[in-house]
Amino acid sequence: VSAQAASAAGASMLWLHRYAKVLACATLLLVAAGGMVTSTSAGLSVPDWPTTYGYPMFSFPLHQMVGGIFYEHGHRLIASTVGFLTIGLVVFLWMAEPRRWVRWLGVLALAAVVIQGVLGGLTVLFFLPPAISIAHAGLAQLFFCLTVSIALVTSPGWRNPALRPVDDGRLRRTVVILVSLVYVQILIGATMRHLGAGLAIPDFPLAFGHLIPPTWTPPIAIHFAHRTVALVVTIFVLVLALRILRSHRDHPELARVAWFLLFAVAMQVTLGAFVVLSGKQPIVNTLHVATGALVFATTVVLTLRAYRVRFA
Amino acid sequence: MALHSMPNLIRPIVILSCSVALSGLIACSKPGNQPPAKAQGKSVDQATAGAISGHVVFEGSAPPPTPIKMAVDPACLTGGTPNPVSDAVLVGKAGELQNAFVYVKDGLDPSYSFDTPTTPVTLAQKGCLYSPRIFGVQVGQPIDIVNDDATAHNVHGLAKTNQEFNRMEPMQGFRMVHTFTAPEVMVRFKCDVHNWMAAYVGVLPHPFFAVSKADGTFEIKGLPPGTYTVEAWHEKFGTREQKVTIGEKQTQAVSFTFTPAAS
Repeated sequence: VSAQAASAAGASMLWLHRYAKVLACATLLLVAAGGMVTSTSAGLSVPDWPTTYGYPMFSFPLHQMVGGIFYEHGHRLIASTVGFLTIGLVVFLWMAEPRRWVRWLGVLALAAVVIQGVLGGLTVLFFLPPAISIAHAGLAQLFFCLTVSIALVTSPGWRNPALRPVDDGRLRRTVVILVSLVYVQILIGATMRHLGAGLAIPDFPLAFGHLIPPTWTPPIAIHFAHRTVALVVTIFVLVLALRILRSHRDHPELARVAWFLLFAVAMQVTLGAFVVLSGKQPIVNTLHVATGALVFATTVVLTLRAYRVRFA
Repeated sequence: MALHSMPNLIRPIVILSCSVALSGLIACSKPGNQPPAKAQGKSVDQATAGAISGHVVFEGSAPPPTPIKMAVDPACLTGGTPNPVSDAVLVGKAGELQNAFVYVKDGLDPSYSFDTPTTPVTLAQKGCLYSPRIFGVQVGQPIDIVNDDATAHNVHGLAKTNQEFNRMEPMQGFRMVHTFTAPEVMVRFKCDVHNWMAAYVGVLPHPFFAVSKADGTFEIKGLPPGTYTVEAWHEKFGTREQKVTIGEKQTQAVSFTFTPAAS
């Protein structure tokens, strides 16, 4: 009987993990949809909230989803779906997850998605004030990382690691610095985006033909800060990834993430360059936002795995 | 969109809104019902008033018309041209520049005051373009913004001195009346659904403004004698300014020249 119960619990946990992965993927899609809203300047194409042109969320006629409404209402539909999936996740966690802290992680994610929805509404009602829009962008990334974290800690590989987890204090310190640095970079990027400073420096890799901009304005400063921190993050990632691949190559749970991080950062830098060179082409712009989210999530996964030895 | 397809709760609200808007419009569309708001200060003596007339030209090669991707909303293409282009820059064969907003910027005796017209200026949204694209109103003068398209528009007024607003006109026939309470040159109207749509209004405390026509000409009438700073504004080419002195009953000719380098 106990073997059957254990098997049922194992199956539940597997489904919980799959559900969390679906939520994380839906959240990445949501981040991209939000990126398209900003990239196409469609944020105010639906003036009302929480209704859309007077309709409740899911009853707005699909054939009227044209122009900017397609992006804004589409973002709202995906956001509502993610909201409902998060409620489902919390219920699932409280039914199947034995670890208390993981259950509360789900509650935290639910709180984050509710606040995120309210911030999204407020930014529409107050005509996109930068402070609220930046907070909306920043919380989106935190929520995404919460869903990725839940998917990670409910995975069989986390719960029953095949190898003894790495115990490397220096690695732990380094990844914490990296994850903080990447989040700061995301906030700088969001600030640049919502202040309309994405083309404040119109050339790349130079700035007005120089290494350092010859003139300074707030938009140029925020743009240049984004480029500078990007360079710091890239160097940091290169050094960290090489260290992991040299010292922990026998730990695929770290080595694989290090390879992916290298790939994602290379993609992100390339996309960043093309955002400028393409004059902020909306799809390129959005891919840059989504890849930024992937870089951040990857550093969070790396951090959690570096700390795996500290978890029971 | 058919009204009968709307949710139960929304339908009465829409009907009520339509009724209120229609009543407001009927009231506003009868000039006899509401006399212009009377001014408190001195009036211009029409016996001595002069005028400024002139033309606006563009020198250099005009930028090619920008194509508009109207296919994102098929309703915009109904009855429209097959390959629509932006009407932001309209230059005639001899360089005549249309849609420059010309107005008295400075020099008007502040003791003058002017009746506020109660007749609304109509800003239409037709074929997913604003008409007129450039216009002027006096402070307090109503603007009747009408949706003539079989699609939704939002009316987003990006005012800086006045209050920014964003209202929805979800279907054909919807209209709203908006009034600016402070002078502001220019306020941009934008539709975020159709991101190519733009119109600009100059809001002034006096009636001394005009918009250049297709032949580049403009005329500002009824000005009291004096020396004025007159500005011409164009949405792509920036501004040009001139000092103009007008004697009694005199019409002063002025021309403004824009170039691609203007900002």
